[in-house]
Amino acid sequence: MRKNLVGYLFISPWLLGFFVFTLGPFISSVALSFTRWDIVSAPKLVGAANYRALITNDPLFWKSLWITLKYAACAVPIGVLAGVLLALLLNSKVRGIAVYRTILFLPSIVPAVASSVVFIWILNPQIGLINGLLKRVGVVGPAWLADTKLAFPSLVLMSLWGVGGSMVIYLAGLKDVPVYLYEAAIVDGAGPFTRMRKITLPMLTPVIFFNLVMGVIGAFQYFTQAFIMTSGGPEESTTFYALYLFNRAWRYMDMGYACAMAWILFLIIVVITAFLFRTQKKWVHYGG
Amino acid sequence: MRNRRFRIGAQSLTPIQSFGIHGALLCLCIPALLPFIWMLSTSFKLDSDIYGSSKAGGAVVSLASLIPHPFHPQNYPEALKTVPFATYLFNSLGLCATTILGAVTSSAVVAYGFARVQFKGRDFWFMVMISTMALPGQVTMIPQFAVFRWLGWYGGYLPLTIPAFTGAPFFIFLLTQFFRTIPAEMAESARLDGAGEWTILCKIVLPLAKPALATCALFQFLGTWNDFMGPLLYINDPKKYTLAYGLQQFYSSYDGKWAQLMAAATLFTIPIIILFFFAQKTFIQGVATTGGRN
Repeated sequence: MRKNLVGYLFISPWLLGFFVFTLGPFISSVALSFTRWDIVSAPKLVGAANYRALITNDPLFWKSLWITLKYAACAVPIGVLAGVLLALLLNSKVRGIAVYRTILFLPSIVPAVASSVVFIWILNPQIGLINGLLKRVGVVGPAWLADTKLAFPSLVLMSLWGVGGSMVIYLAGLKDVPVYLYEAAIVDGAGPFTRMRKITLPMLTPVIFFNLVMGVIGAFQYFTQAFIMTSGGPEESTTFYALYLFNRAWRYMDMGYACAMAWILFLIIVVITAFLFRTQKKWVHYGG
Repeated sequence: MRNRRFRIGAQSLTPIQSFGIHGALLCLCIPALLPFIWMLSTSFKLDSDIYGSSKAGGAVVSLASLIPHPFHPQNYPEALKTVPFATYLFNSLGLCATTILGAVTSSAVVAYGFARVQFKGRDFWFMVMISTMALPGQVTMIPQFAVFRWLGWYGGYLPLTIPAFTGAPFFIFLLTQFFRTIPAEMAESARLDGAGEWTILCKIVLPLAKPALATCALFQFLGTWNDFMGPLLYINDPKKYTLAYGLQQFYSSYDGKWAQLMAAATLFTIPIIILFFFAQKTFIQGVATTGGRN
């Protein structure tokens, strides 16, 4: 009895925060998604009108969803591939490997706001770094962030600059591969490629899976870079889902509509995550 | 502990292979470092130098053009004058100190409850806590805003600091795992001497958990320092801007002042890089265990 009291007393700070800042808002956002609300006046019940409008009458909703899915489907796998390759390179034993690791990790700790303004400058069409380098080889560079076709790939490319963060996770995963597996493989006469295919990659799949799930969830919350660098443009080509939701809420004061969007986002994340977990059995390798 | 000789390729690297690996890594270091170099080099240039060479419709970048000539460090004091970055720095540091204090102490207390006290429903609440980590912020963002507005906290720092005092799930998780590794016998003998749970936490567990607490403090620092959404939603008074928000505001209101903008971006990034060099191990271990969530 006393134990219970003591236990709840210890977790009470979190419990309080959970009810006030998480559970309460979580439940009320469902209710709010069925209202029209500008935050100043009282919310007005409108039934499923927000959801109906989103699905049948809002091309930008579909466009932002498509852009976000596209980002999840290309930036995330490219990031996984690049992270694994970098980690494999950094796992080799050459001199000065710690220096390389530091340099390649460094970009990932740069705050998103800072990297955003630096990349705006790098991608500046007239006097930016990239077009300056292209000019050197006689190519007139494109307008990058101001080009409908290139703004999105530019953001994907920029995300690769921060790949060092996941690289470190893969590197930790590589160091956890038991040495006896390699010893046994060498005794059995397996070459470096067989060892890579049969030992290293399978042993790395749990980490890859973790990063894939986190990456997909992250894609649906991709906001800061798009907000600062393109404001969703040009021609809404970089209006990510989270950015559109933000604009709906704080630019148009359409809180009920934005809550409905948030719930659709939540359900999509649940479905995709559940799907990834189902595929897990087929390719993720746990334990020896 | 572990025999490192058998890492892939470790014992079988020929000089050609190691030459190839060096080459590949060097090639990769160039794009990793170039944005830093470009930021620094621009921050020391004259605006006329940045635009001057663009007569033919675009500047040509060469190695020489990366070295600012003439060297113009005045961009830094000028940037500080254009926008009150010193005030922003002060605000950011104050917020960081408050949220670190709040998040680390409350997370440690909560984690002790989860790790060391047997109570009914403990596993249930622990599961709930873990699952809140996967909840996208957008779902709770709007009602949370309404609550803070109703409390009259809009426009001040309370919406950015108070939640920290209710503990951060990632830190609670991390610390719970860590506390469980501390031998129970130590606490038992203290208990026989009449110590309560609170005393055990403060006198025995916390001193042993310093590395884990440091990881939490570091990640809370990064989280608050980098936070853009929080100030964007809640801060409307320019005197209260943080560095992250102030930098974005600087960019959107002084378009074209590239040298000063890069000076400001450098000032904003340098503390993180210095911190990284001091606490590289904590950084990398933290990222590897938390999955780089910051």
